[in-house]
Amino acid sequence: MEALSPLREGPDPNEAAMDVAGDLSKSMIKFYRRYPSITHRQHRSFSLQIHASLCRLMLTITMASEEQVKNSTAPAMFDTEAANCLMKELRSTFLAGKTKSYEWRSSQLKSLLKMLEDSDKQICDALFSDLSKPEMEAYIHEIAMIKSSCKLALKKLKDWMKPEKAKTNLGTFPSSAEIVPEPLGVVLIISAWNYPLLLSVDPVIGAIAAGNAVVLKPSELAPAMSSLLAKLLGKYLDNSAIKVVEGAVPETSALLEQKWDKIFYTGNGRVARVVMAAAAKNLTPVVLELGGKSPVLVDSNIDLTVTARRIVSGKWGCNNGQACVAPDYIITTKQYAPVLIDSLKHHLVKFFGEDPMNSPDMSKVGHSRHFARLKKLLDDDKISGKIIHGGQTDKSNLKIAPTIVLDAPEDSLIMSEEIFGPLLPIVTVEKIEDGVEFINSRPKPLAAYLFTNTKQLKEEFVSNISAGGVVINDVTLHLMVDTLPFGGVGESGTGAYHGKFSFDAFSHKKAVLYRGFFGDAPARYPPYTPGKLRLLKALLDGSLFGIIRALFGFS
Amino acid sequence: MNADQEMRRSVEELRLTFKTGKTRTVGWRKAQLRAILRLIHENENTLFHLLQSELGKHPVESYRDEIGVVKKSVDHALNCIDQWMSPKKGRLPLVYFPASRQVLPEPLGVVLIIASWNFPIALTLDPLIGAISAGNTVVLKPSELSPNCASFLANILPSYLDPKAVKVIEGGREVSNQLLQYKWDKIFFTGSTKVGKIVMAAAANNLTPVTLELGGKCPAIFDFLPNSDLKVAAKRVASGKWGPCAGQAGIGIDYMLVEQKFASTVIEQLKKTIKRFYGDDAKNFKNLSKIINKGHFDRLRSFLEDSAVANCIVYGGSFDDTSLIIEPTILLDPPLDAEIMNEEIFGPLLPIITMDNIEESIEFINSKPKPLAIYAFTKNENFKKRILAETSSGSVTFNDTVIQFLCDELPFGGVGQSGIGRYHGKYSFDTFSHEKAVLERSFYFELEPWHPPWNNFKLQFLRLVYNYDYVGMLLLLLGLKRPSNS
Repeated sequence: MEALSPLREGPDPNEAAMDVAGDLSKSMIKFYRRYPSITHRQHRSFSLQIHASLCRLMLTITMASEEQVKNSTAPAMFDTEAANCLMKELRSTFLAGKTKSYEWRSSQLKSLLKMLEDSDKQICDALFSDLSKPEMEAYIHEIAMIKSSCKLALKKLKDWMKPEKAKTNLGTFPSSAEIVPEPLGVVLIISAWNYPLLLSVDPVIGAIAAGNAVVLKPSELAPAMSSLLAKLLGKYLDNSAIKVVEGAVPETSALLEQKWDKIFYTGNGRVARVVMAAAAKNLTPVVLELGGKSPVLVDSNIDLTVTARRIVSGKWGCNNGQACVAPDYIITTKQYAPVLIDSLKHHLVKFFGEDPMNSPDMSKVGHSRHFARLKKLLDDDKISGKIIHGGQTDKSNLKIAPTIVLDAPEDSLIMSEEIFGPLLPIVTVEKIEDGVEFINSRPKPLAAYLFTNTKQLKEEFVSNISAGGVVINDVTLHLMVDTLPFGGVGESGTGAYHGKFSFDAFSHKKAVLYRGFFGDAPARYPPYTPGKLRLLKALLDGSLFGIIRALFGFS
Repeated sequence: MNADQEMRRSVEELRLTFKTGKTRTVGWRKAQLRAILRLIHENENTLFHLLQSELGKHPVESYRDEIGVVKKSVDHALNCIDQWMSPKKGRLPLVYFPASRQVLPEPLGVVLIIASWNFPIALTLDPLIGAISAGNTVVLKPSELSPNCASFLANILPSYLDPKAVKVIEGGREVSNQLLQYKWDKIFFTGSTKVGKIVMAAAANNLTPVTLELGGKCPAIFDFLPNSDLKVAAKRVASGKWGPCAGQAGIGIDYMLVEQKFASTVIEQLKKTIKRFYGDDAKNFKNLSKIINKGHFDRLRSFLEDSAVANCIVYGGSFDDTSLIIEPTILLDPPLDAEIMNEEIFGPLLPIITMDNIEESIEFINSKPKPLAIYAFTKNENFKKRILAETSSGSVTFNDTVIQFLCDELPFGGVGQSGIGRYHGKYSFDTFSHEKAVLERSFYFELEPWHPPWNNFKLQFLRLVYNYDYVGMLLLLLGLKRPSNS
């Protein structure tokens, strides 16, 4: 878990002690220089005194730091041993078969729905406290999404659970076949802070619908929602099969040591690698829902007003750019850029007023570390003078104004990492078609957006750009369509979910073949003869005439 | 590091080919598939010969398990590819109007296929068919343990398939390790659980998705059967144990579960079947593949070094060091803590475990890691249902063995320790494709409440939208419904 450790914060007590010791020895050297005539005895008593006080100091610091460590883990106390216990309990629940029944699954989904209905207010408060998320956004993007996904699962569950008939061929005749979905077992869901409710509960719905026992690890970076989820899920759902483990890196590491039947992770590519490497030790399949720089290609023959509204709303109206499907940057032609920028600015004012930093309709930046990262992107020398709108930051309130950057060089920070915030670079190209090449020269994004009225460009975009999802003439909307798989490809992730795809993500499709005892082709069995070879060829060919020929001994 | 550079150049070339877009065309894919068909057709005798010399496979067995399988897969892919490639379109709820959606399969890019030695042709070409059908460029790494088949493929493939898009790289562990360092868009691995973990860990560095086709101890449950069915069942057990490459198959039967009072009858019938199929001349078995190499031969022999295990042999047990052939061997109730009952056997030794009641076999199977396949010979419908509901495995086959492999419509792959992902037929195509979600909207009809600044009216409206309550929406828009605060 070394890769996770840089996430740890706070000063190291040992380092602090070393600093003190260093300072003291420096003063001692100074002291000797000033009084070179000091006697041996004086020297000895002096150094003994210093030594004693240093020891006392070190001891105090060590004790203090131990106390600190104890305190910091005291509320959770979730270590490998606790993870072992948890796993044992869930495994025995799963093996008892309780979670497999339709009744259990639907009753859990119903309680989940009830939980959402009862706790509207608490959820909005938690989202406001963690992210200053406007109630409206909380409702549209989180609560309503989950409710509809829960309702869909309840409505379709019986269908999803039904075995699917499969055709058989002449080679296995007479037989019948079906594909039976079965739960994987005990699954782990690690979710993210930007949509702390949606990204936690939506996969849980899939896992329950598929009949698994579940552990949810909400993000510690949205603490209010994390503890609310622990409380609510504990109150409404079956605790012998569904658990919430709160915590940060140590707790996640302890969880990842366990053998899971599936790990569903939402977050960034760096941690995803750690998760997948841990999963490899137990051959656990993973779904990785990551992000990436999702581009918006804007052609010039469009309805400008609608385009600008949709982009502004998708970029700043969805958790202020902190969404994995948020537009990351825009590509447009050199001529069209000024027109587009004017319209974007106009709609920014229309949506969020002249003073967006104080708009109640805009979320804040998730947490201080994230704020510092965004500030670094803004302060990058390579984009100095290129900020054409916004750029204001307010560290104490974790707010950053909607910011537009024109023509940031390709090697600038803002164009090399996922922005995940309210900064929007605009890249200009000579011809709009060059945009396709630009996108293809970078890692595959989670989403790619195009605004155009040209059919040919649409076709080229859809067939040539590889991305998790593609939306034409809108942004982020595919996320809401439960008949579309939601997930990345390449750097933007592995696997997909939403609707039936969620059920599939947490199911194993078992192949089942039924045979009777009659109708046994002797050609399958030794002793082997040339005649059997001919018959086999005909059987695998599916050619009835060939079979008859072979059976009668004609070659 | 010359070899490394050369491999890198090959992969680079594949990436360039992929970028040209030529592998995406249906014409290219079909041409390549037909070329595979031509390859196995024109070289059938060479393949028979190679498989016979390298693994001792009889041509009929080779055709049944390898060449025929490839032929059938290509035929199926050629028949279905247009349908597989076409996007799945669908309608959307009215609130998104006007809009359309589709799920569009697209190739992943440059993929690596690492094959195994036990079916050196089928397990190399069958995944290749999927990768090509889906429009990828491919590196094939055949197993170094069947070197003749590997170099045959390396030599012959370029003259049939597009050499700029499909490359064969031969080599052992070092080459595999080197290949695993590169960034692939998919890794498809067939082999052991141990190596599977290494492959997945290497894939994690580049977030490469993997399909792992592993094995495991596949049990055969043998319920009480009337005499006529018993004969058929014994044939099928023999064919599922000693048939596919002398038990060296991931889906072969590993051990059998029988009721105590029925055991001797079953064993007698199996003995008869073995004698008919393979003869009983210990120096000259017919129709039986050999063990791939001395290492595996010794590994199998070491299972019997434990005298407690050796004492359980009720049939066979002879090992021929020179021909590397092991006699079909049956063991009755070896100790459950012996190695032979805890490791995948992957050879012609068949332990039979007896129990008082055949339904106990469910518990027995569940105490072990999830296998690739479960076989159950039974006429008891209730028991069938219990097996399906209470055990977990890649596949379940009732009253037969191994032939689920031939069903193009059934997904083939493991779960848990027996693997990740699936292939065959359409599933092969899916394994090597990304399902891209595509949503298209037009500029007309904009849902105002979708955008800030937020107010109560918009919240109320969206509540109705998510309930698909069109009447309510209309009333609200006409001002006939008062936005509430809730």
